[in-house]
Amino acid sequence: MVERQSPEPLSPLEPEFHVGSHGNFEHGVEIILTETRPGSIVQLAAWPGEEKKLIAAIRTVTGLALPDGAGGGLSDGVKSVFGFAPGKFTIADEAEGLAPAFAKVVTPAIGTVTDLSHGRTAIRIAGPKAEWVLAKFFAIDFSLPAFPIGAGRSTTHHDIFAQIQRTGADQFDIYVFRSFARSFWKALCHASEEVGYEVQ
Amino acid sequence: MLITCPYCGPRDVIEFTYQGDGNRERPDPASQNFEAWNAYVYDRLNPAGDHNEIWQHSGGCRTHLRVVRNTLTHEISSVAFVRGDHQGRGDHGSAARRKAEDKS
Ligand SMILES: [Zn+2]
Repeated sequence: MVERQSPEPLSPLEPEFHVGSHGNFEHGVEIILTETRPGSIVQLAAWPGEEKKLIAAIRTVTGLALPDGAGGGLSDGVKSVFGFAPGKFTIADEAEGLAPAFAKVVTPAIGTVTDLSHGRTAIRIAGPKAEWVLAKFFAIDFSLPAFPIGAGRSTTHHDIFAQIQRTGADQFDIYVFRSFARSFWKALCHASEEVGYEVQ
Repeated sequence: MLITCPYCGPRDVIEFTYQGDGNRERPDPASQNFEAWNAYVYDRLNPAGDHNEIWQHSGGCRTHLRVVRNTLTHEISSVAFVRGDHQGRGDHGSAARRKAEDKS
């Protein structure tokens, strides 16, 4: 039984979300932009020394076993998890209900659960030029060896905080503050114009 | 200037916020030792060379870091978490990152 946890989320991108091909696409579309609209997004933080218990709780709730290492993560296409700081993790699920599910297993002695389902907007950029477009935005290494599939990174674009998870060889999911999402989306569209992009 | 965050790896200085001189020792809040408070608030080493500093990776993982920076060259000789709890443990913290960097 899935009970509705919160009001229907409205996309902040709506006025600027134009399905179709745009920019310089005569020679092909090299970027696909979408909004993944997860049903729930949570952040978990472990108290010092409780990290392993929190990682076990993530496995219990999502079935995902986090790989070791800073920024490690994975996605099964429905649920995604990645580390973004020592002992801190972002988890997204197509379904609602992550926060109450975690609240049951992440006891106050282990750490904290923060429901960000309405606080973040998830934007997916995919295609052969995804790395190239993102490199215009963020001063981090997007190459596959430095940023493997599943891994997460915390960084900023002109003071707009962004968490980025690589969910495919040429696919990235970017979590931005909902209130900044529309301007970030517009910037991403502009940056994709020169290689041709499609909004789906 | 790049600072190599123990969690995030090398990042541009614009992602970091300077949090002040890392040599200061804050007296006990109940202390009435005015000389100690005066030293905490005003005394600075101002070295021409290696300097202990506190930085926050505010545009990244948001941890606070102890950084040793050369004030003449901006060369950074060490970066560590202020809170030592996460150091040296294979718990999704610094250990794996450091290992990866030692190899490169
Ligand atoms: Zn960091």
